[in-house]
Amino acid sequence: MTTTTLAGWRRDKVGDGVWENRAKVAVAGIGHSPVDRRWETGDFDTSLGAYAILAARNAMEDAGVTIDDIDGIISAPGPLGDPWGPSRPYFDAPYDSEDGITKVTAEWLARGLGIDPAKLRFASNEVGQIGLLWGYTSEAIARGEASTVLMLYPTGNVEGRYHQDTDTRAKGPLKWNNIWGFTGGSTYAYQFNEYTRRYGGSHDDVGHLVVNSRRNGLKVPWGYYTLHEPEPFTHEDYVNGRYINAPLNLFDNDRPVNAAGCYVMTTAEKAQDMKQTPVYIWNHAEHQAAHRSTVQTLDESQEWCGLEARKTLEGAGLAIKEVDIFNPYDGFTLFTQTWLEAFGWHGVKEGEALEFYRGDISSEGPHPFLTSGGNSGTGRTRTAIFTDTIEQLRGTAGDRQVTLKADVGIAGCVLPQTNGHVVFGKNRP
Amino acid sequence: MPKPVPVPDETDQGFWDAINERRLAIQNCTGCNRMQMPPIARCVACGSSDHLEWKEVEGKGRVNGWCVQYDTRVVVLKENQPFNTAIIELAEDPDIKFFSHLPGVAVDEVPVGANVELIFEEVEPGRLVPEWQVVS
Repeated sequence: MTTTTLAGWRRDKVGDGVWENRAKVAVAGIGHSPVDRRWETGDFDTSLGAYAILAARNAMEDAGVTIDDIDGIISAPGPLGDPWGPSRPYFDAPYDSEDGITKVTAEWLARGLGIDPAKLRFASNEVGQIGLLWGYTSEAIARGEASTVLMLYPTGNVEGRYHQDTDTRAKGPLKWNNIWGFTGGSTYAYQFNEYTRRYGGSHDDVGHLVVNSRRNGLKVPWGYYTLHEPEPFTHEDYVNGRYINAPLNLFDNDRPVNAAGCYVMTTAEKAQDMKQTPVYIWNHAEHQAAHRSTVQTLDESQEWCGLEARKTLEGAGLAIKEVDIFNPYDGFTLFTQTWLEAFGWHGVKEGEALEFYRGDISSEGPHPFLTSGGNSGTGRTRTAIFTDTIEQLRGTAGDRQVTLKADVGIAGCVLPQTNGHVVFGKNRP
Repeated sequence: MPKPVPVPDETDQGFWDAINERRLAIQNCTGCNRMQMPPIARCVACGSSDHLEWKEVEGKGRVNGWCVQYDTRVVVLKENQPFNTAIIELAEDPDIKFFSHLPGVAVDEVPVGANVELIFEEVEPGRLVPEWQVVS
């Protein structure tokens, strides 16, 4: 039987208390494909679909399970970039639609793995991004909809420059911003200008964060820069980056990539018999907000990130001082300080993030921040932040492994107005 | 500078009609006494569509913030890059925000806090869009 929806799964209210399913679900396996800049058109060994299959197989191998153990597949299928069609022709099956090229549904992955989708207890494409996927999947398993699930996050990128708007007419909601060219990361450029007006510091300070993330990213074996641009990245490189929406420059944008990440999620009980040391889901929390007028303000971002931080910690029954690993979202890098200050990780308060960046935030130092490398260090996979957090708790983060205790970690994405965070625990409370 | 031409819809026709008559009319809920921008089908506060009206305002405001476009996604605007995109807050309610290219202001020299007043730019014959200019 296949189910496609899950009602009331979000934990999105302050005051909901500790999550009733805390540590009842575990991550048992991690799998990644290589991260490429774009799909090499027509190469079906490196298509998004092929990479999704590869990531799923890697995750199952990591967990020590086979397709016979899988009774659920949950995907946030995409597309994240522009679609392939309708301007370009599709290919022979299974590439005869967007599925497999710019998105990968649970059903497409099932068939690619040799699983009959109809035999899955649960298959879903209901949520749109990985920050929400963790909570959704955790709830599905905790409620018994499935017991061992492949959780897939594909991020496709095909040839050409995407999101370019050639229309000379401004229609629908675009009419409120496109007329003035306020697109892409403009919101966070505007907010960052306001941030430095209030608290001091400069755009150059963010370079310390990006350099650190690129350094960490080069320690991620499957990351974009490791595979394709392994040269060290310097602060000078950062400050010389061309502007996109100033002060936001090229290196404040994450690099769109063609890649897939997949995780084996299961019950805490089943995880005991699998290959890896389980990492438990202590909480998930989600936030969805709408800005008051035509533009989202810094005040709104700070308020929403603050609410999400409260919900995330409250549901896990933790204080921020108990959180060892912190991988907030960084695509765009100009709002990462808002997450850091909202959570108050390592005592960073409102207006103090840029000073924090100027200190030692390396993975081997006293304040190992964004040890994943984030999107800016690995490409816009959105998976690195979660994988690193899990690996740090497992003790398998390799050259990125922190020298401090790593028992509890938080990762989340995407934007202040729409996001989900997950608390990972090495142990069961 | 050339701009995309807005295509009104049922919800915001009143706003654009006023603009084309060189007036600024903001959607207002008479039940909540609350303005909202952009216009939408219901009041964000009370959820009702029964009390929405077009409230004419003076067209004065203040520069709230800015960024500079070097690589906007809007192709028709690219030839004039770099250009300012300023955020304007309305005098009657600073939570109501507009964008502006702030004509006459040099790139990246946007005077945050400066007073501005509404002007209009014709994007095609008979079709106007709101703009703002700094006043001393």
